[in-house]
Amino acid sequence: MNSVMFQTAAGILKPIMLLFAVFLFLRGHNAPGGGFVAGLVAASGFCLDAFAYGAANARRSLGVAPQFLIAAGLIVALFSGIPGLIYEQSYLTGLWGVVTLPVFGEFKLGTPLFFDAGVFMVVLGVTLLFILTLLEERH
Amino acid sequence: MTLYLLIAIVSPFLAAAMSVPVVRLAPRASGWILALAPLATFGVLCVPLLLPEHPLPVHLSLPWIPSLGIHFSLQLDALSQSFALLISGIGVLIAIYAGAYLKGDPRLGRFLVCLFAFMGAMLGVVLSGDLLTLFIFWELTSITSYLLIGFDHHKPEARASALQALLVTGGGGLAMLAGFILLGEIAGSYAFTDLLAASGAIQAHTLYPVVFALILLGACTKSAQFPFHFWLPNAMAAPTPVSAYLHSSTMVKAGVFLLARMHPMLGDTQLWHAALTTIGATTAVVGGYLALRQSIMKPLLAYTTVSALGLLVACLGLGTPAALKAMMLFLFVHAFYKAGLFMVAGTLDHETGEKNAEKLGGLARVMPLTMIGAGLTALSMAGLPPLLGFIGKEVLYETAIDLWESQAQAGLYALLVAAFVAANLGNVFAALLVGWRPFWGRPPALLSHAHEGPPALWLGPLLLGALSLACGLYANPLADALIAPAAAVMQGAPVPVKLVLWHGLNPALYLSGVTLAGGLLIFLARNPLRRGLALLARADAAGPEAAYGGALGLLQWTARTQTRILQNGYLRVYLLVIIAFVVVLPGSALLFRPEVLRPSPGSSFDPFGTVLVLTIMAGAVAVTLMHTRLAAVACLGLIGCGISLVYVLYGAPDLAMTQFVIEILTVVLFILVLHRLPSFTHVSSRAVRLRDAIFAGIAGTFMALLVYAAVNVEFGSHISWYYLENSQPKAHGRDIVNTILVDFRALDTLGEITVLAVAALGALALLRLRPDREDGQ
Repeated sequence: MNSVMFQTAAGILKPIMLLFAVFLFLRGHNAPGGGFVAGLVAASGFCLDAFAYGAANARRSLGVAPQFLIAAGLIVALFSGIPGLIYEQSYLTGLWGVVTLPVFGEFKLGTPLFFDAGVFMVVLGVTLLFILTLLEERH
Repeated sequence: MTLYLLIAIVSPFLAAAMSVPVVRLAPRASGWILALAPLATFGVLCVPLLLPEHPLPVHLSLPWIPSLGIHFSLQLDALSQSFALLISGIGVLIAIYAGAYLKGDPRLGRFLVCLFAFMGAMLGVVLSGDLLTLFIFWELTSITSYLLIGFDHHKPEARASALQALLVTGGGGLAMLAGFILLGEIAGSYAFTDLLAASGAIQAHTLYPVVFALILLGACTKSAQFPFHFWLPNAMAAPTPVSAYLHSSTMVKAGVFLLARMHPMLGDTQLWHAALTTIGATTAVVGGYLALRQSIMKPLLAYTTVSALGLLVACLGLGTPAALKAMMLFLFVHAFYKAGLFMVAGTLDHETGEKNAEKLGGLARVMPLTMIGAGLTALSMAGLPPLLGFIGKEVLYETAIDLWESQAQAGLYALLVAAFVAANLGNVFAALLVGWRPFWGRPPALLSHAHEGPPALWLGPLLLGALSLACGLYANPLADALIAPAAAVMQGAPVPVKLVLWHGLNPALYLSGVTLAGGLLIFLARNPLRRGLALLARADAAGPEAAYGGALGLLQWTARTQTRILQNGYLRVYLLVIIAFVVVLPGSALLFRPEVLRPSPGSSFDPFGTVLVLTIMAGAVAVTLMHTRLAAVACLGLIGCGISLVYVLYGAPDLAMTQFVIEILTVVLFILVLHRLPSFTHVSSRAVRLRDAIFAGIAGTFMALLVYAAVNVEFGSHISWYYLENSQPKAHGRDIVNTILVDFRALDTLGEITVLAVAALGALALLRLRPDREDGQ
C-alpha cells in the first residue's frame, strides 16, 4: 500500500507494538499477558510493516525465516522441561531461582519463562508464516 | 553377568550408530570392522559356557513405566543362548559378507545401519525376559526388515514385497500383543518366570484357547507358516546378505523361538499338539512342493526355508523330549547350511550376474573355495553323512517313527512321517540344484569372465560348511553345551541328548536312503516335472497370496470410496456434516434430559450485557445480508470484538486480550485470502439458502441451550480454587490463567504449539507446493 499516511503510521506503530509485546510477555506471569498474546501482538506489528512496505521488508526486519522461529520455539519449549527431569521431578516441572541484577534489583527467574518464550516464538512464527506467505501469493 | 547381557544387546545397536562413519572412513574394510560388534556379543554369550561360575539363567530388569508395572527386562537362559549365539555368530559372517557384497555401493552405510539395527532387535527378541519387552523388539524386527526388504526402493516389486512382509508380520504381531495382554491379565505378570509358575492356571483358564490362537497367529505370520508362507519368498527382493540372514538364522526363527519360549507355559495341551503339528507338517509339505517349481536360486532356498520352519513347528507341536531335541538340533543344522547356501547363491550372482542355477555350470574350476563351501553346506542340507545335516535328519525321522510305532493314532503319525520325508525330498533337490548344478558340468560360454570372489564372500559358506562337518563328526560337544540345556528349558525337565553318526541299520536309515534316492530322481527328472507342475501353478490364483492381494485391493477400494464420499472437497458439505454431528449427538442428550434447562436462581437483568448481546446478534444477521465478502468479514469482526467485550465484562481479561488480537489477525488473513477469490457470480439457490438457514438456526438454538444448561451445572469440586490457592506458592505467579498455561498444564500447551506448528507447515506446503506450478517454488 503506497499511502504515505499509512506508511508513516506503520513506522511509528511497529516499534511501539513490539515493545508492547515485550511488556505483555514479561508481565505475563503475574498479570494478564504471556507468550501467546505477546506473540500475536508482535505478529501484528510485523504485519503492519508488511502491509506498509511489503512482505520482503517485513521478512528483512524479522531477520530469520518464520519456519525457523517455529522450529526454534518448539525446541526452546521442549528443552525448558528438561531441568525438571534433571532434578528428578516430572518433565516440565517449573524450577525457580532468584537472580540479582545491578539496576533492576532482584527478581525471580524460572523455567516457565523459557517455556513461555518458546510459545511466543511459535505463535509469532505461525502467524507470520500464514500472513507473509499469503501476502506474497498476491504477486 | 548382567553387565554382559547389556553388552550383548547394546553392541549391535552401537554398530548401527557407527555404520555410516565407519563406511565413510574405511569403505573397504567396513564389513570386517563392524563385524566386531556381533563378535563381541558372540563372545559375551559364550562366557557362561566357558566359565562355570556364571550359571544360567541370568535376569536383568530395569523399571521402564513403573506406574503401569512395565519393565525392560532381559533374560539369558539356555534357550535364548542357543538362538542368540546363532544370531550373533552368523551375524559376524553376514556383516563381513555384506561389506564385500555391497562394496562401492554408496548405500552401504545405510544398509549396515538397518542390518545391525535388525540384529539388535532380533537379539532383543530372544534375550527378552518378559512379554512386553519381547513385543517391542519383535515389532522392531518387522520395521527393520521392512527397510531391508525394500532396500532397492526404486524397484516397485521390492516395495510391494516389503509392504507385504510388514503387513503380514505386523498384523500377526498385533494379534500376538492382544494374546500377550490376555496372558498377562490371566497370570498377573508379564515376566516369563511368573508365567512359568502360573502355567497350570493358564492352561486351565477359559480364555486359554483365545490366548493360544492369538499368539499362534503372531508366530505363524513371522515364521511364514502356511497359509502365511507367501511373504517369505517375495522377501527375496532384498539384497542377498539380508536373505541369508533373515531367512536362515533370524527373523523367520523368531516365531519358532516364541513357540519354544511358550512351550512350557502354553504347551502340552491337546490344542497345542494338534494345531502346531498340523500347521507345521502342512507348511513343510507345501514349502517342499513349491521349491520344486523353482530354478532361481534365492526363491528356491526361500521355499525350502518355509519347509524347514514347518518341520521346526511340527516338532514343537509334538512336544515330546525326543521331538524337542530334534527341533533344537535341526535349528542349528538349518541355520548352518541355509546361511551358507544363501551366501553361495549371492556370490554366484555377484560374480556371474546369473540368478538361475540352470544357466550356470562348470564353476568348480574358477571358484574352488566357493565350491567347497557350497558342497559342504549342500551335503548337510541333503542330509548325507558325515555332516550334521545327516544326524539332524536321522533324529527327525526317528522321532516321527517312534511316535508312529508307539502312539494310538498310528495313521496320523504315518502322515507325519510322510510329511517329513516330503520336506526332505525338497531339501535334497534344492541342495543338488544350488550346491552341485552351478559348479559341475559344461560351463556356458558367457561365463568365461567368472572368477573367485574376495575372501569376505567365500569365508562364510566355507566356515559354515566346515562347522557342519566338524559338528557332524563330533556332535556331542554341541549337544551337551547347547542342545540338551535348551531342550530342558522347553521341557521343564532334563532331556538326555546323545548324538552319534552311526545309528545302525534302523527304519530311519532306510527312510534316509529313500529320501536321497527320491531327491536324486526328482533332480534328474526336474525338467518334465516342472512342466507338469506349471499346470498345477494355475491353482495359485486361489491361494493365500491371491487372498492377500484381494484383501489389500478391498482395503484400498474402501479407502478410496469413503474418501471420495467424506472428503469430497466441498467446504460447505464438511461444515454441514460437522454441525449436524455437533447438534445431533449432544443435542439428543439435551432432549432426553430437559431438567438441566431450569432457570438459574441468581440471574438478573444486566443492561450493559444486553446491549452487547444485541450488538453481536445484529452482527450475525448482518453477515448474512452482505453482498460482498469483505463486508461480511467486517461483520464477523464485529461479532468477535463483541465477544471479547463480553470477556472483559465478566472478568477474563486474558481471554479478552487474546480474542481481540486474534480477531484482528483473522480479518487480515481473511482479506488476504478473499482477495484471491472470484467475485460472487453464482449465488446459491433459494432452496439451498433455506436449508442453510435451517441448519444455522438449529445450530444457534442448540448452542444457546447448551450454554444455558452449562451455566447451571454445579461442579462437585471447584478446580478453580486449587489454582487460586496454589498459583502463587507453587507456580510463583499471580495470574492463574498464565500459570495454568505455562506451569500446571504446560504439557497441554506444548501439545498445542506443536499442533500449531504442524498446521502452519501444512498450510505452507499447500500454498507453496502446488502441482500446477512448474517452477516448484
